[in-house]
Amino acid sequence: MASFLGIVFDGVAYGSLLFLISIGLSVTMGLMNIVNLAHGAFAMFGGYLSVWLSARGTPFLATLPICFVVLGLAGAGSERLFYRRLRRRSQLDQVLFTIGFTFAAVASATLVWGPAEQRVQLPGALRGQLQVLGVGLGAYRLFLIALVAVLSAGLVALVEKTTFGARVRASVDDEQVSAGLGIPVERVFCLTFAFGSGLAGLGGALSIDVLGLEPTFALKYLVYFLLVVAVGGAGSLAGTAVASLVLGLFDVAGKYYVPQVGAFIIYGLMIVLLLVFPAGLHGRRA
Amino acid sequence: MSSHPSSRPAVAPRGLVFGLEDRLGRIEVAFWLLPVAVFFVFPGYLVLASQVLIAGLFALSLDLILGYAGIVSLGHAAFFGVGAYVAGLLSVRGYGEPLSGLVAAAVVAGCVGFVSSFLIVGGHALTRLMVTLAVGLSLHEAANQASSVTGGTDGLSGMETSDLFGVFAFDLLGKTAYLYVLGVCLVAFCLVRRLVHSPFGLSLRGVRENERRMHAIGAPVRRRLVEVYTLAAALAGAAGALSAQTTEFVGLEALSFDRSASALVMLVLGGAGHMYGAFVGSCAFMVLQSFLADLHPAYWQFWIGCAVMLIAFFARGGILGYASAARERLARGSRGSRGAAARPGP
Repeated sequence: MASFLGIVFDGVAYGSLLFLISIGLSVTMGLMNIVNLAHGAFAMFGGYLSVWLSARGTPFLATLPICFVVLGLAGAGSERLFYRRLRRRSQLDQVLFTIGFTFAAVASATLVWGPAEQRVQLPGALRGQLQVLGVGLGAYRLFLIALVAVLSAGLVALVEKTTFGARVRASVDDEQVSAGLGIPVERVFCLTFAFGSGLAGLGGALSIDVLGLEPTFALKYLVYFLLVVAVGGAGSLAGTAVASLVLGLFDVAGKYYVPQVGAFIIYGLMIVLLLVFPAGLHGRRA
Repeated sequence: MSSHPSSRPAVAPRGLVFGLEDRLGRIEVAFWLLPVAVFFVFPGYLVLASQVLIAGLFALSLDLILGYAGIVSLGHAAFFGVGAYVAGLLSVRGYGEPLSGLVAAAVVAGCVGFVSSFLIVGGHALTRLMVTLAVGLSLHEAANQASSVTGGTDGLSGMETSDLFGVFAFDLLGKTAYLYVLGVCLVAFCLVRRLVHSPFGLSLRGVRENERRMHAIGAPVRRRLVEVYTLAAALAGAAGALSAQTTEFVGLEALSFDRSASALVMLVLGGAGHMYGAFVGSCAFMVLQSFLADLHPAYWQFWIGCAVMLIAFFARGGILGYASAARERLARGSRGSRGAAARPGP
């Protein structure tokens, strides 16, 4: 029983991390119709930025907002330079460009930081375990879940309650009509993309202690982010959250109970879910 | 066909210069004389040249579904790997006859392709992309987990390929292997060439250009896609078998995402939808790779990444696309009616 609760806890922690990183990808794929395979690279650079800052004496927690801001700016820049042009191109062009970007990013990370796995010094309060109902819960994971819960609440409020959120929803539903109504669609997309990239950078920094950070991170976990988006339905906040939690729980439980099946369970789950829900759990498009 | 030479357009439409004319042109014959020439001129590089041809065949199989049917696949290595493991396992179990092993690999890979094609044809573009990725990854993971059969991360070793036709032994310099690979590539190429010029190939291009309209005129779109996907899988399996038989080794790398992605890159580098683009691209890719990877493995990845980004942005059509455009421009320039500047660059 205790081990079961522990698995659920780990699964939720893993799922919230997946959610944090994938939400930006879901937005770009669903709202802007871009297949962005470079999203994992944004998360990876967030992680490396955090490591780099930590090595120069910045406390780990202080690196998190910096990662968010810097990667957000990088996202805004690349949206202006590249993604805006890619939006009207074919899917193949988008796949190629972003795969090329990922390759170059992996290679640069290898050149600068080497192929070894990076570590980061967590503050004392986040190390060790807390005993809750006889179950040892990792303090860092608890922090992770709480942080993501707060951020998600903020995200929902942003999308549902603010003018900016209304503009985003309008631009998504019908880009042309929104532009006709005077909504600066291009700027809305740019800001959304920047926000998603910032969250990916933040998620990358947070995942160093959970997933491990090495140059292949960009490709290895990209698959998981894509799974979340494909299963959750691109562009859906709720769908992405549900899919992240389901995938996180299944992955952790699968690795614990049936280790011989390994990652197979996730890929199998994805194929089944895609067949049953071709547009994702909360698909906007039929 | 040649009785009305004047009825043929003096300038082939863009993209039709290579390979789409029904008759085997002089350029095509010259193209296939090149690998024959390599055999005599560069006897020291036959092992690399075999790998280039195998990668070219693999990219050609991808061209069928990407260039002709318009399906972007991120998991095509699944079929390459299945073919490689089938040929490898047959050989390890003591059945090393190359030709029947090749056919068996193609048949098994074709069957896997047939089954997975039903997952592909249903969804819309993004779902298709994800399903190809998931199929590729799950086969990779399956081979990784079934290490008692496949050797897992250590790979499948202990293969021994018997003599070709029972006469020609596979030598260390790779002469037999090269000619074997070249022969198979040529046969496969002729098959593909015949196919894309048939009504079947035409309907595939129709699907690529406008799937909805093809439905509307009553073309069996789903069946066409299942057929071409199965065929491409079988060809990829044959390429995998060639790789296994000539190197006498199969590793997990045969099923990896890297292999799927690099095939995509090779094809686009050479030019998708040209057939020859697959071989031109694989040659450019692998020659560059062997040169740059000697300097530093990361350099190679960096530069290929940059090259792919540039291609995606500026050079639609790859090397052959450029060649076609240049040839068209030359032809226009010599006729003098319309200047080359009238058309913006590719």
